[in-house]
Amino acid sequence: MASSRLEILNDGGLRHDARRPYELRSLSLELSTHPNADGSSTVSQGLTTVSASVFGPREPKQRAGSVHDKASVVVEVGVAPWAGAREVRRTRGDKRLLEIAAAIRQTFEPVIMTHLYPRSEIAVHIQVISADGGILPTAINATTLALVDAGISLIDYVTSLSLGLHLTQPLLDLSAPEEADLPTLVVAALPSGKVTLAQMETRLHVDRFEEMLTLGVEGCGVLKTEMDRVVKDRTTRVVERMDKVIQGRITGD
Amino acid sequence: MPREIEPSINQREFVLRALAQGKRLDGRVPLELRNVELEFGDELGWCTARLGKTAVLAHVSATIVRPRDDRPYEGFLIINSEISPMASSVYEAGRASEDEVLITRLLEKSIRRTEAVDREALCIIAGEKVWQLRLTLHFLSDSGNILDCASIAAMTALRHFRKPEVEVSGRDVIVHSPDERAPVPLAIHHTPLCVSFAFFPDLPPIIDPTHLESVLSSGTLTLTLNAQRELCVLSKAGGSALSPGEIMGVVRVGVERVRELVKIMEDALRSDQSNRVIEVR
Repeated sequence: MASSRLEILNDGGLRHDARRPYELRSLSLELSTHPNADGSSTVSQGLTTVSASVFGPREPKQRAGSVHDKASVVVEVGVAPWAGAREVRRTRGDKRLLEIAAAIRQTFEPVIMTHLYPRSEIAVHIQVISADGGILPTAINATTLALVDAGISLIDYVTSLSLGLHLTQPLLDLSAPEEADLPTLVVAALPSGKVTLAQMETRLHVDRFEEMLTLGVEGCGVLKTEMDRVVKDRTTRVVERMDKVIQGRITGD
Repeated sequence: MPREIEPSINQREFVLRALAQGKRLDGRVPLELRNVELEFGDELGWCTARLGKTAVLAHVSATIVRPRDDRPYEGFLIINSEISPMASSVYEAGRASEDEVLITRLLEKSIRRTEAVDREALCIIAGEKVWQLRLTLHFLSDSGNILDCASIAAMTALRHFRKPEVEVSGRDVIVHSPDERAPVPLAIHHTPLCVSFAFFPDLPPIIDPTHLESVLSSGTLTLTLNAQRELCVLSKAGGSALSPGEIMGVVRVGVERVRELVKIMEDALRSDQSNRVIEVR
Protein backbone atom coordinates (compact mmCIF):
# COMPACT_ATOMS: atom_id res chain seq x y z
CA MET A 1 0.00 0.00 0.00
CA ALA A 2 1.37 3.33 -1.01
CA SER A 3 -0.32 5.20 1.79
CA SER A 4 1.53 3.31 4.51
CA ARG A 5 4.69 5.22 3.59
CA LEU A 6 2.97 8.52 4.25
CA GLU A 7 4.39 10.57 7.09
CA ILE A 8 1.37 11.23 9.25
CA LEU A 9 3.01 13.79 11.50
CA ASN A 10 6.42 15.25 10.64
CA ASP A 11 9.13 16.47 13.04
CA GLY A 12 7.73 19.97 12.92
CA GLY A 13 4.39 18.67 14.20
CA LEU A 14 2.61 19.21 10.88
CA ARG A 15 0.39 16.76 9.02
CA HIS A 16 0.76 15.75 5.38
CA ASP A 17 -1.39 18.67 4.25
CA ALA A 18 0.49 21.14 6.51
CA ARG A 19 -2.19 21.24 9.16
CA ARG A 20 -1.54 21.13 12.88
CA PRO A 21 -3.05 18.17 14.79
CA TYR A 22 -6.12 20.02 16.04
CA GLU A 23 -6.63 22.10 12.90
CA LEU A 24 -9.77 21.47 10.87
CA ARG A 25 -9.82 21.53 7.09
CA SER A 26 -11.21 24.57 5.32
CA LEU A 27 -14.94 24.55 5.79
CA SER A 28 -17.51 25.90 3.40
CA LEU A 29 -21.21 25.85 4.18
CA GLU A 30 -23.80 26.86 1.62
CA LEU A 31 -27.56 26.90 2.01
CA SER A 32 -30.31 26.45 -0.62
CA THR A 33 -28.08 25.06 -3.32
CA HIS A 34 -30.79 22.91 -4.89
CA PRO A 35 -33.42 24.83 -6.87
CA ASN A 36 -36.42 22.55 -6.27
CA ALA A 37 -35.88 20.94 -2.90
CA ASP A 38 -37.66 22.24 0.20
CA GLY A 39 -34.28 22.64 1.79
CA SER A 40 -30.75 21.96 0.64
CA SER A 41 -27.14 22.58 1.45
CA THR A 42 -23.65 21.88 0.18
CA VAL A 43 -20.90 21.34 2.69
CA SER A 44 -17.20 21.09 1.87
CA GLN A 45 -14.67 20.02 4.41
CA GLY A 46 -11.33 20.16 2.68
CA LEU A 47 -11.68 18.15 -0.53
CA THR A 48 -14.79 16.30 0.60
CA THR A 49 -17.97 17.83 -0.78
CA VAL A 50 -21.42 16.56 0.04
CA SER A 51 -24.73 18.03 -1.02
CA ALA A 52 -27.95 17.23 0.80
CA SER A 53 -31.50 17.99 -0.24
CA VAL A 54 -34.57 17.63 1.90
CA PHE A 55 -38.07 17.06 0.57
CA GLY A 56 -40.96 17.28 2.93
CA PRO A 57 -42.74 17.06 5.20
CA ARG A 58 -44.89 15.58 2.47
CA GLU A 59 -47.30 12.71 1.95
CA PRO A 60 -45.36 9.42 2.08
CA LYS A 61 -44.53 8.00 -1.33
CA GLN A 62 -45.37 4.57 0.00
CA ARG A 63 -48.48 4.09 2.06
CA ALA A 64 -46.72 1.63 4.34
CA GLY A 65 -44.23 4.33 5.27
CA SER A 66 -46.70 6.48 7.17
CA VAL A 67 -46.83 6.41 10.96
CA HIS A 68 -49.98 7.74 12.58
CA ASP A 69 -48.37 9.91 15.26
CA LYS A 70 -45.07 11.07 13.80
CA ALA A 71 -43.16 11.72 10.60
CA SER A 72 -41.01 9.01 9.09
CA VAL A 73 -37.52 9.90 7.96
CA VAL A 74 -36.12 8.40 4.77
CA VAL A 75 -32.47 8.78 3.85
CA GLU A 76 -30.78 7.85 0.61
CA VAL A 77 -27.07 8.17 -0.02
CA GLY A 78 -25.39 8.17 -3.42
CA VAL A 79 -21.79 8.62 -4.44
CA ALA A 80 -21.03 10.29 -7.74
CA PRO A 81 -18.90 8.06 -9.98
CA TRP A 82 -16.23 10.73 -10.27
CA ALA A 83 -16.13 11.39 -6.53
CA GLY A 84 -12.91 9.45 -6.18
CA ALA A 85 -13.94 7.27 -3.27
CA ARG A 86 -10.93 5.11 -2.47
CA GLU A 87 -12.87 1.91 -2.21
CA VAL A 88 -14.30 0.07 -5.17
CA ARG A 89 -17.15 1.56 -7.16
CA ARG A 90 -20.08 2.26 -4.92
CA THR A 91 -23.44 1.39 -6.37
CA ARG A 92 -26.88 2.13 -4.99
CA GLY A 93 -27.43 -1.13 -3.20
CA ASP A 94 -23.97 -1.19 -1.66
CA LYS A 95 -23.99 -2.28 1.98
CA ARG A 96 -21.61 0.48 3.03
CA LEU A 97 -23.88 3.14 1.59
CA LEU A 98 -26.93 1.55 3.20
CA GLU A 99 -25.05 1.61 6.49
CA ILE A 100 -24.23 5.30 6.15
CA ALA A 101 -27.85 6.03 5.25
CA ALA A 102 -29.09 4.08 8.27
CA ALA A 103 -26.66 5.91 10.54
CA ILE A 104 -27.89 9.29 9.28
CA ARG A 105 -31.53 8.30 9.62
CA GLN A 106 -31.07 7.05 13.16
CA THR A 107 -29.08 10.15 14.08
CA PHE A 108 -31.77 12.54 12.93
CA GLU A 109 -34.90 10.64 13.99
CA PRO A 110 -34.59 11.72 17.64
CA VAL A 111 -33.39 15.22 16.70
CA ILE A 112 -36.21 16.12 14.31
CA MET A 113 -39.41 16.89 16.19
CA THR A 114 -41.22 14.19 14.27
CA HIS A 115 -44.36 14.42 16.43
CA LEU A 116 -45.13 17.78 14.79
CA TYR A 117 -45.58 16.15 11.38
CA PRO A 118 -47.87 13.11 11.81
CA ARG A 119 -48.51 10.81 8.83
CA SER A 120 -45.85 12.55 6.74
CA GLU A 121 -42.49 11.76 5.34
CA ILE A 122 -39.24 13.71 5.40
CA ALA A 123 -36.91 12.54 2.65
CA VAL A 124 -33.22 13.35 2.76
CA HIS A 125 -31.16 12.75 -0.36
CA ILE A 126 -27.41 12.88 -0.02
CA GLN A 127 -24.99 13.00 -2.86
CA VAL A 128 -21.26 12.74 -2.30
CA ILE A 129 -19.72 14.95 -4.97
CA SER A 130 -16.11 14.48 -4.05
CA ALA A 131 -14.66 12.21 -1.41
CA ASP A 132 -11.46 12.77 0.52
CA GLY A 133 -12.16 11.13 3.83
CA GLY A 134 -14.96 11.74 6.29
CA ILE A 135 -18.00 11.11 4.11
CA LEU A 136 -20.25 10.37 7.07
CA PRO A 137 -19.41 13.46 9.18
CA THR A 138 -19.69 15.79 6.19
CA ALA A 139 -23.00 14.18 5.21
CA ILE A 140 -24.36 14.68 8.73
CA ASN A 141 -23.32 18.35 8.72
CA ALA A 142 -24.94 18.83 5.30
CA THR A 143 -28.14 17.14 6.48
CA THR A 144 -28.40 19.42 9.53
CA LEU A 145 -28.10 22.51 7.36
CA ALA A 146 -30.54 21.20 4.75
CA LEU A 147 -33.12 20.44 7.46
CA VAL A 148 -32.66 23.92 8.93
CA ASP A 149 -33.03 25.36 5.43
CA ALA A 150 -36.25 23.41 4.92
CA GLY A 151 -37.63 24.94 8.10
CA ILE A 152 -38.13 21.59 9.80
CA SER A 153 -38.24 21.77 13.59
CA LEU A 154 -35.10 20.37 15.17
CA ILE A 155 -34.17 20.03 18.82
CA ASP A 156 -30.77 21.49 18.05
CA TYR A 157 -27.92 21.42 15.55
CA VAL A 158 -26.17 18.09 15.08
CA THR A 159 -22.54 18.49 14.06
CA SER A 160 -20.09 15.77 13.26
CA LEU A 161 -16.36 15.32 13.00
CA SER A 162 -13.89 12.51 12.39
CA LEU A 163 -10.77 12.11 14.44
CA GLY A 164 -7.84 9.73 14.51
CA LEU A 165 -5.01 8.77 16.77
CA HIS A 166 -1.37 8.80 15.70
CA LEU A 167 0.73 7.10 18.42
CA THR A 168 -0.60 9.15 21.32
CA GLN A 169 -1.49 12.30 19.40
CA PRO A 170 -5.15 12.77 18.41
CA LEU A 171 -5.70 14.40 15.00
CA LEU A 172 -8.92 16.16 14.05
CA ASP A 173 -10.82 16.03 10.74
CA LEU A 174 -8.96 13.32 8.81
CA SER A 175 -8.30 13.29 5.09
CA ALA A 176 -8.53 10.05 3.11
CA PRO A 177 -4.84 9.01 3.39
CA GLU A 178 -4.92 9.58 7.13
CA GLU A 179 -8.20 7.73 7.46
CA ALA A 180 -6.67 4.69 5.78
CA ASP A 181 -3.75 4.56 8.24
CA LEU A 182 -5.14 5.57 11.62
CA PRO A 183 -7.77 4.34 14.02
CA THR A 184 -10.72 6.56 13.16
CA LEU A 185 -13.60 7.70 15.31
CA VAL A 186 -16.60 9.57 13.95
CA VAL A 187 -18.51 11.59 16.50
CA ALA A 188 -21.76 13.49 16.06
CA ALA A 189 -22.84 15.63 18.95
CA LEU A 190 -25.46 18.12 20.03
CA PRO A 191 -24.28 21.52 21.32
CA SER A 192 -25.16 20.32 24.84
CA GLY A 193 -22.15 18.00 24.56
CA LYS A 194 -24.25 14.86 24.24
CA VAL A 195 -23.12 12.31 21.67
CA THR A 196 -25.75 11.09 19.21
CA LEU A 197 -23.48 9.04 16.99
CA ALA A 198 -20.12 7.43 17.61
CA GLN A 199 -18.53 4.99 15.23
CA MET A 200 -15.14 3.42 15.34
CA GLU A 201 -13.76 0.57 13.30
CA THR A 202 -10.15 0.00 14.31
CA ARG A 203 -8.42 -1.31 17.40
CA LEU A 204 -7.78 1.22 20.09
CA HIS A 205 -7.04 0.96 23.80
CA VAL A 206 -9.99 1.87 25.99
CA ASP A 207 -8.07 4.56 27.89
CA ARG A 208 -7.16 6.43 24.69
CA PHE A 209 -10.74 6.31 23.51
CA GLU A 210 -12.04 8.52 26.30
CA GLU A 211 -9.62 11.31 25.40
CA MET A 212 -10.66 11.14 21.75
CA LEU A 213 -14.35 11.19 22.56
CA THR A 214 -14.13 14.38 24.65
CA LEU A 215 -11.93 16.02 22.05
CA GLY A 216 -14.39 15.10 19.31
CA VAL A 217 -17.29 16.62 21.21
CA GLU A 218 -15.27 19.82 21.65
CA GLY A 219 -14.52 19.92 17.90
CA CYS A 220 -18.23 19.49 17.13
CA GLY A 221 -18.89 22.61 19.20
CA VAL A 222 -16.60 24.64 16.91
CA LEU A 223 -18.49 23.44 13.84
CA LYS A 224 -21.77 24.39 15.49
CA THR A 225 -20.59 28.01 15.91
CA GLU A 226 -19.73 28.15 12.21
CA MET A 227 -23.07 26.68 11.17
CA ASP A 228 -24.97 29.02 13.41
CA ARG A 229 -23.17 31.99 11.87
CA VAL A 230 -24.02 30.89 8.32
CA VAL A 231 -27.68 30.26 9.15
CA LYS A 232 -28.08 33.59 10.99
CA ASP A 233 -26.29 35.45 8.19
CA ARG A 234 -28.67 34.08 5.63
CA THR A 235 -31.75 34.65 7.74
CA THR A 236 -30.73 38.27 8.31
CA ARG A 237 -30.44 38.77 4.56
CA VAL A 238 -33.82 37.16 3.92
CA VAL A 239 -35.46 39.33 6.56
CA GLU A 240 -33.87 42.47 5.09
CA ARG A 241 -35.18 41.57 1.65
CA MET A 242 -38.66 40.87 3.02
CA ASP A 243 -38.61 44.22 4.77
CA LYS A 244 -37.72 45.94 1.52
CA VAL A 245 -40.59 44.21 -0.29
CA ILE A 246 -43.05 45.21 2.41
CA GLN A 247 -41.79 48.79 2.44
CA GLY A 248 -42.05 48.87 -1.33
CA ARG A 249 -45.70 47.84 -1.08
CA ILE A 250 -46.45 50.53 1.45
CA THR A 251 -44.83 53.30 -0.56
CA GLY A 252 -46.46 51.90 -3.70
CA ASP A 253 -43.30 51.22 -5.79
CA MET B 1 -42.91 -5.71 3.68
CA PRO B 2 -45.46 -5.92 6.48
CA ARG B 3 -44.32 -3.88 9.41
CA GLU B 4 -43.91 -5.54 12.74
CA ILE B 5 -46.74 -4.86 15.16
CA GLU B 6 -45.71 -2.32 17.76
CA PRO B 7 -45.85 -3.46 21.38
CA SER B 8 -49.02 -2.33 23.13
CA ILE B 9 -49.01 0.63 25.51
CA ASN B 10 -49.62 -1.68 28.48
CA GLN B 11 -46.68 -3.84 27.57
CA ARG B 12 -44.49 -0.82 27.13
CA GLU B 13 -45.49 0.69 30.45
CA PHE B 14 -44.94 -2.61 32.22
CA VAL B 15 -41.43 -3.07 30.83
CA LEU B 16 -40.42 0.52 31.56
CA ARG B 17 -41.82 0.52 35.09
CA ALA B 18 -40.07 -2.74 35.87
CA LEU B 19 -36.83 -1.29 34.51
CA ALA B 20 -37.24 1.79 36.68
CA GLN B 21 -37.19 -0.60 39.64
CA GLY B 22 -34.09 -2.29 38.24
CA LYS B 23 -35.94 -5.41 37.12
CA ARG B 24 -36.26 -7.06 33.74
CA LEU B 25 -38.95 -9.37 32.45
CA ASP B 26 -36.69 -12.41 32.36
CA GLY B 27 -35.50 -11.90 35.93
CA ARG B 28 -32.16 -10.35 35.15
CA VAL B 29 -30.68 -7.20 36.66
CA PRO B 30 -29.83 -4.43 34.14
CA LEU B 31 -26.18 -5.33 33.62
CA GLU B 32 -26.54 -9.11 33.50
CA LEU B 33 -26.06 -11.23 30.40
CA ARG B 34 -28.30 -14.13 29.55
CA ASN B 35 -26.83 -17.58 30.03
CA VAL B 36 -24.24 -18.42 27.40
CA GLU B 37 -24.15 -22.00 26.19
CA LEU B 38 -21.71 -23.37 23.66
CA GLU B 39 -22.19 -26.66 21.93
CA PHE B 40 -19.78 -28.31 19.53
CA GLY B 41 -20.59 -30.66 16.66
CA ASP B 42 -18.75 -33.79 15.57
CA GLU B 43 -16.71 -31.83 13.09
CA LEU B 44 -14.02 -29.32 14.01
CA GLY B 45 -15.15 -25.72 13.59
CA TRP B 46 -18.81 -26.43 14.17
CA CYS B 47 -20.29 -24.53 17.05
CA THR B 48 -23.74 -23.49 18.25
CA ALA B 49 -23.91 -20.54 20.62
CA ARG B 50 -26.99 -19.85 22.67
CA LEU B 51 -27.72 -16.65 24.48
CA GLY B 52 -30.97 -17.37 26.27
CA LYS B 53 -33.37 -18.29 23.46
CA THR B 54 -31.24 -16.73 20.74
CA ALA B 55 -29.19 -19.31 18.86
CA VAL B 56 -26.62 -19.07 16.10
CA LEU B 57 -24.76 -21.91 14.44
CA ALA B 58 -21.31 -21.17 13.02
CA HIS B 59 -19.38 -23.45 10.76
CA VAL B 60 -15.86 -23.02 9.40
CA SER B 61 -14.50 -24.83 6.38
CA ALA B 62 -11.28 -24.45 4.42
CA THR B 63 -10.39 -24.91 0.76
CA ILE B 64 -7.24 -24.18 -1.22
CA VAL B 65 -7.49 -21.36 -3.78
CA ARG B 66 -5.28 -18.96 -5.71
CA PRO B 67 -4.51 -15.68 -3.89
CA ARG B 68 -5.18 -12.26 -5.33
CA ASP B 69 -2.40 -10.95 -7.55
CA ASP B 70 -1.87 -7.83 -5.45
CA ARG B 71 -1.81 -9.77 -2.17
CA PRO B 72 0.15 -12.97 -2.94
CA TYR B 73 0.79 -13.83 0.74
CA GLU B 74 -2.73 -13.48 2.03
CA GLY B 75 -5.39 -16.11 2.44
CA PHE B 76 -9.10 -15.35 2.52
CA LEU B 77 -11.72 -15.23 5.20
CA ILE B 78 -15.21 -15.17 3.79
CA ILE B 79 -18.16 -14.57 6.08
CA ASN B 80 -21.54 -15.81 4.92
CA SER B 81 -24.29 -14.43 7.07
CA GLU B 82 -27.71 -14.28 5.57
CA ILE B 83 -30.51 -14.08 8.05
CA SER B 84 -33.38 -16.31 7.02
CA PRO B 85 -36.99 -15.99 8.17
CA MET B 86 -36.31 -19.08 10.29
CA ALA B 87 -34.75 -16.84 12.95
CA SER B 88 -37.72 -14.58 13.37
CA SER B 89 -40.71 -13.43 11.36
CA VAL B 90 -39.24 -9.92 11.12
CA TYR B 91 -36.72 -11.11 8.53
CA GLU B 92 -37.67 -11.63 4.94
CA ALA B 93 -36.12 -14.16 2.58
CA GLY B 94 -34.08 -12.76 -0.27
CA ARG B 95 -34.20 -9.06 0.33
CA ALA B 96 -31.95 -7.78 3.08
CA SER B 97 -33.66 -5.39 5.47
CA GLU B 98 -31.84 -2.49 7.05
CA ASP B 99 -31.37 -4.32 10.37
CA GLU B 100 -29.94 -7.26 8.53
CA VAL B 101 -27.44 -5.10 6.65
CA LEU B 102 -26.33 -3.49 9.89
CA ILE B 103 -25.89 -6.86 11.61
CA THR B 104 -23.82 -8.34 8.79
CA ARG B 105 -21.71 -5.19 8.41
CA LEU B 106 -20.95 -5.08 12.11
CA LEU B 107 -20.04 -8.77 12.14
CA GLU B 108 -17.76 -8.27 9.21
CA LYS B 109 -16.11 -5.30 10.89
CA SER B 110 -15.64 -7.06 14.18
CA ILE B 111 -14.24 -10.29 12.77
CA ARG B 112 -12.52 -9.43 9.54
CA ARG B 113 -11.43 -5.83 9.89
CA THR B 114 -10.03 -6.38 13.38
CA GLU B 115 -7.65 -8.96 11.85
CA ALA B 116 -8.66 -11.57 14.40
CA VAL B 117 -7.42 -14.32 12.08
CA ASP B 118 -3.88 -13.97 10.73
CA ARG B 119 -4.47 -14.15 7.01
CA GLU B 120 -0.80 -14.33 6.11
CA ALA B 121 -0.57 -17.55 8.10
CA LEU B 122 -3.03 -19.03 5.59
CA CYS B 123 -0.46 -18.84 2.80
CA ILE B 124 0.84 -22.16 1.44
CA ILE B 125 2.85 -21.11 -1.65
CA ALA B 126 3.11 -17.37 -2.21
CA GLY B 127 1.18 -16.26 -5.27
CA GLU B 128 -0.15 -19.74 -5.99
CA LYS B 129 -1.94 -21.47 -3.16
CA VAL B 130 -3.55 -20.11 -0.04
CA TRP B 131 -6.25 -21.33 2.31
CA GLN B 132 -9.67 -19.85 1.94
CA LEU B 133 -11.68 -20.00 5.15
CA ARG B 134 -15.40 -19.83 4.88
CA LEU B 135 -17.31 -18.90 8.00
CA THR B 136 -20.98 -19.65 7.56
CA LEU B 137 -23.41 -18.36 10.13
CA HIS B 138 -26.87 -19.81 10.44
CA PHE B 139 -29.19 -17.68 12.50
CA LEU B 140 -31.37 -20.32 14.15
CA SER B 141 -33.55 -18.22 16.38
CA ASP B 142 -33.66 -14.54 17.24
CA SER B 143 -35.09 -13.48 20.55
CA GLY B 144 -32.98 -10.37 20.65
CA ASN B 145 -29.32 -9.45 20.44
CA ILE B 146 -28.53 -11.86 17.63
CA LEU B 147 -25.35 -9.95 16.83
CA ASP B 148 -23.61 -10.70 20.12
CA CYS B 149 -24.63 -14.33 19.86
CA ALA B 150 -23.31 -14.52 16.30
CA SER B 151 -19.96 -13.04 17.28
CA ILE B 152 -19.57 -15.55 20.11
CA ALA B 153 -20.47 -18.42 17.78
CA ALA B 154 -18.14 -17.17 15.05
CA MET B 155 -15.09 -16.67 17.26
CA THR B 156 -15.62 -19.98 19.05
CA ALA B 157 -15.91 -21.81 15.74
CA LEU B 158 -12.75 -20.14 14.43
CA ARG B 159 -10.84 -21.12 17.54
CA HIS B 160 -12.26 -24.64 17.44
CA PHE B 161 -11.46 -25.18 13.79
CA ARG B 162 -8.25 -26.86 12.61
CA LYS B 163 -7.05 -26.90 9.04
CA PRO B 164 -5.39 -30.01 7.58
CA GLU B 165 -1.62 -30.07 7.78
CA VAL B 166 0.07 -29.43 4.43
CA GLU B 167 3.55 -30.30 3.30
CA VAL B 168 5.29 -28.35 0.57
CA SER B 169 8.05 -29.98 -1.45
CA GLY B 170 9.15 -27.77 -4.32
CA ARG B 171 5.93 -26.80 -6.07
CA ASP B 172 3.95 -29.79 -4.90
CA VAL B 173 1.57 -29.55 -2.00
CA ILE B 174 0.57 -32.61 -0.06
CA VAL B 175 -2.55 -32.21 2.07
CA HIS B 176 -2.54 -34.69 4.91
CA SER B 177 -5.87 -36.07 6.02
CA PRO B 178 -6.68 -35.78 9.73
CA ASP B 179 -6.09 -39.55 10.22
CA GLU B 180 -2.58 -39.20 8.88
CA ARG B 181 -1.35 -36.10 10.66
CA ALA B 182 -2.98 -33.96 13.30
CA PRO B 183 -4.65 -30.88 11.83
CA VAL B 184 -3.33 -27.48 12.96
CA PRO B 185 -5.31 -24.71 14.63
CA LEU B 186 -5.58 -21.28 13.00
CA ALA B 187 -3.31 -18.42 14.01
CA ILE B 188 -5.65 -16.15 15.93
CA HIS B 189 -4.37 -12.83 17.24
CA HIS B 190 -7.15 -11.95 19.63
CA THR B 191 -10.77 -12.75 20.35
CA PRO B 192 -13.01 -9.78 19.62
CA LEU B 193 -16.54 -10.17 20.94
CA CYS B 194 -19.57 -7.94 20.63
CA VAL B 195 -21.61 -6.66 23.55
CA SER B 196 -24.73 -4.60 22.98
CA PHE B 197 -26.46 -2.17 25.27
CA ALA B 198 -29.90 -0.61 25.08
CA PHE B 199 -30.74 2.82 26.44
CA PHE B 200 -34.00 4.17 27.79
CA PRO B 201 -34.78 7.79 28.61
CA ASP B 202 -33.95 8.58 32.26
CA LEU B 203 -33.11 4.96 33.06
CA PRO B 204 -29.78 3.21 33.44
CA PRO B 205 -28.57 1.26 30.38
CA ILE B 206 -29.14 -2.50 30.08
CA ILE B 207 -26.83 -5.08 28.56
CA ASP B 208 -27.88 -7.86 26.15
CA PRO B 209 -31.40 -6.59 25.35
CA THR B 210 -34.14 -9.02 24.36
CA HIS B 211 -36.13 -8.31 21.22
CA LEU B 212 -38.90 -6.52 23.11
CA GLU B 213 -36.41 -4.43 25.04
CA SER B 214 -34.56 -3.33 21.93
CA VAL B 215 -37.82 -2.40 20.18
CA LEU B 216 -38.84 -0.25 23.15
CA SER B 217 -35.41 1.29 23.69
CA SER B 218 -34.52 4.80 22.59
CA GLY B 219 -31.20 3.67 21.17
CA THR B 220 -28.65 0.88 21.23
CA LEU B 221 -24.86 0.79 21.30
CA THR B 222 -22.66 -2.11 20.26
CA LEU B 223 -19.06 -2.52 21.34
CA THR B 224 -16.54 -5.03 20.10
CA LEU B 225 -13.84 -5.59 22.65
CA ASN B 226 -11.14 -8.13 23.33
CA ALA B 227 -9.65 -9.47 26.54
CA GLN B 228 -6.68 -7.07 26.18
CA ARG B 229 -8.95 -4.10 26.94
CA GLU B 230 -8.87 -2.94 23.34
CA LEU B 231 -11.90 -1.39 21.75
CA CYS B 232 -12.16 -2.81 18.24
CA VAL B 233 -15.50 -1.50 16.99
CA LEU B 234 -17.87 0.95 18.55
CA SER B 235 -21.14 1.60 16.89
CA LYS B 236 -23.74 3.95 18.16
CA ALA B 237 -25.75 4.94 15.15
CA GLY B 238 -28.06 7.65 16.33
CA GLY B 239 -30.71 7.00 18.94
CA SER B 240 -30.91 9.04 22.09
CA ALA B 241 -27.98 11.34 22.83
CA LEU B 242 -25.57 10.28 25.56
CA SER B 243 -22.90 12.18 27.40
CA PRO B 244 -19.29 11.02 26.94
CA GLY B 245 -19.38 9.91 30.59
CA GLU B 246 -22.33 7.59 29.95
CA ILE B 247 -20.55 6.08 26.93
CA MET B 248 -17.37 5.49 28.93
CA GLY B 249 -19.50 3.89 31.65
CA VAL B 250 -20.84 1.21 29.31
CA VAL B 251 -17.39 0.73 27.77
CA ARG B 252 -16.04 -0.12 31.22
CA VAL B 253 -18.88 -2.57 31.84
CA GLY B 254 -18.26 -4.04 28.38
CA VAL B 255 -14.60 -4.68 29.17
CA GLU B 256 -15.59 -6.76 32.22
CA ARG B 257 -18.29 -8.72 30.40
CA VAL B 258 -16.04 -9.56 27.47
CA ARG B 259 -13.41 -10.86 29.83
CA GLU B 260 -16.06 -13.16 31.38
CA LEU B 261 -17.27 -14.25 27.96
CA VAL B 262 -13.77 -15.12 26.77
CA LYS B 263 -13.31 -17.19 29.92
CA ILE B 264 -16.55 -19.09 29.29
CA MET B 265 -15.44 -19.67 25.70
CA GLU B 266 -12.00 -20.92 26.71
CA ASP B 267 -13.45 -23.26 29.33
CA ALA B 268 -15.86 -24.71 26.77
CA LEU B 269 -13.08 -25.17 24.22
CA ARG B 270 -10.88 -26.85 26.82
CA SER B 271 -13.57 -29.26 27.97
CA ASP B 272 -14.39 -30.13 24.37
CA GLN B 273 -10.75 -30.78 23.62
CA SER B 274 -10.43 -33.16 26.54
CA ASN B 275 -13.34 -35.21 25.17
CA ARG B 276 -12.11 -35.31 21.60
CA VAL B 277 -9.26 -37.24 20.07
CA ILE B 278 -7.44 -35.06 17.56
CA GLU B 279 -3.88 -36.14 17.93
CA VAL B 280 -2.17 -39.14 19.48
CA ARG B 281 1.27 -38.59 20.90
